[in-house]
Amino acid sequence: MTKAEVSAYATRLGDDALILGQRLSEWCGHAPTIEVDLSLANLALDLIGQATHFLGVAGDSDQLAFHRDALDFSNCLLVEQPNGDFAQTIARQFLFSTFQELHLQALTSSKDERLAAIAAKAVKEVAYHRQLASDWVVRLGDGTEESKTRIEAALDWMWRFVDELFEMDELEMKLAKERVGVDKSTLRVEWDRRVDAVLAEGTLARPAPRRPVLGGRRGHHTEHLGHLLSQMQFLQRAYPGAVW
Amino acid sequence: MSARISWTAGVPAGASASTSTPLGDCNTCAGETPAVQDIRALLATIPDPEIPAISIVDLGIVRAVRDDCVIITPTYSGCPATHFIEQSIRNALDEAGFRHVRIETTLSPPWTSDWISDEGHEKLRAYGIAPPPRGAVSASLRNDTHAQCPRCGSMNTAEISRFGSTPCKALWRCNACAEPFDRFKCH
Ligand SMILES: [Zn+2]
Repeated sequence: MTKAEVSAYATRLGDDALILGQRLSEWCGHAPTIEVDLSLANLALDLIGQATHFLGVAGDSDQLAFHRDALDFSNCLLVEQPNGDFAQTIARQFLFSTFQELHLQALTSSKDERLAAIAAKAVKEVAYHRQLASDWVVRLGDGTEESKTRIEAALDWMWRFVDELFEMDELEMKLAKERVGVDKSTLRVEWDRRVDAVLAEGTLARPAPRRPVLGGRRGHHTEHLGHLLSQMQFLQRAYPGAVW
Repeated sequence: MSARISWTAGVPAGASASTSTPLGDCNTCAGETPAVQDIRALLATIPDPEIPAISIVDLGIVRAVRDDCVIITPTYSGCPATHFIEQSIRNALDEAGFRHVRIETTLSPPWTSDWISDEGHEKLRAYGIAPPPRGAVSASLRNDTHAQCPRCGSMNTAEISRFGSTPCKALWRCNACAEPFDRFKCH
């Protein structure tokens, strides 16, 4: 493996966490209840902390977060999807956290001790994220007619971004073979098992298969990422190097 | 984000492991230099910025003390207090004449609430925060074990929200005295 390959992989991990953390922080002050507001803010904080560590492996994390353009971001498309209603935020979180926990768990045995250390720390946090999102999927699914309709629609929309989570390209195959990275395709069976169990508890049907939407890892993003970045990066773009 | 991070447990690269003194429950390790004892005593006076009732030593985030280096670890990846804590340690060391002592951050092994000292548990309780159950690493995330109300001592309590006012705390309520309280999360 080369330094550039590890950096590219760490950037993917960092970008997933950063973009989802930024998305969740948009809820701050707007969530349905104070407890939910605190919960989502805590998740955002964990994710942005993880992003700081992963991007720190690739270079200067502030520079990478605030001074790259959308084409240079390599996050998966799921995490950049807009918050929508509360059900859409929960569906996105549920699908991602279930994946992220499995991914990080496997990464704790990475031969790169920096990646392994970050993963070992982050996986404990993400276990809480998955629990929170799973509880809400059950509560919305097994709730009122309205809440069920909304979570069904949300899962149906987000489902098209699931396959990308497990997508392997040449870079990640190489790193997985060298036991620096993870063969994400091997996580799918356990992901399916965990997701199906929660859906069943929430009396929800598994969404119908969708044509997968791919491209985030190669910088091909939905229009939503640019809008997110314009807000997140504004201050550092306008006043480079500003501190407080 | 400018803090120097070392990725493996214990001492940073280039330092001699034999001079490292892990903290843990060991408060009077034999063979410690007077300087290390002084630094350790100094660190024990620095409060956690989010829960000032306990010190950073009680919280278990000071991982090692040497004559030339203090190694700390964050509680959570995104703990906003990390930089503030580092600055507090820097100020205390400088004021006490330990300008040459470096501060390093390590991520591994990851912090666990099991590292909070027994004294820390008592201080948390007295402050109104239910301490985390021991054995947190293997404990169920559902926190099924009931917390004891830090105000009236009742075990008749329930979780309101797993995420509270800081990353390390959950919000609970006591059914006996009807007061809400924070519980330190298992982690
Ligand atoms: Zn009580």
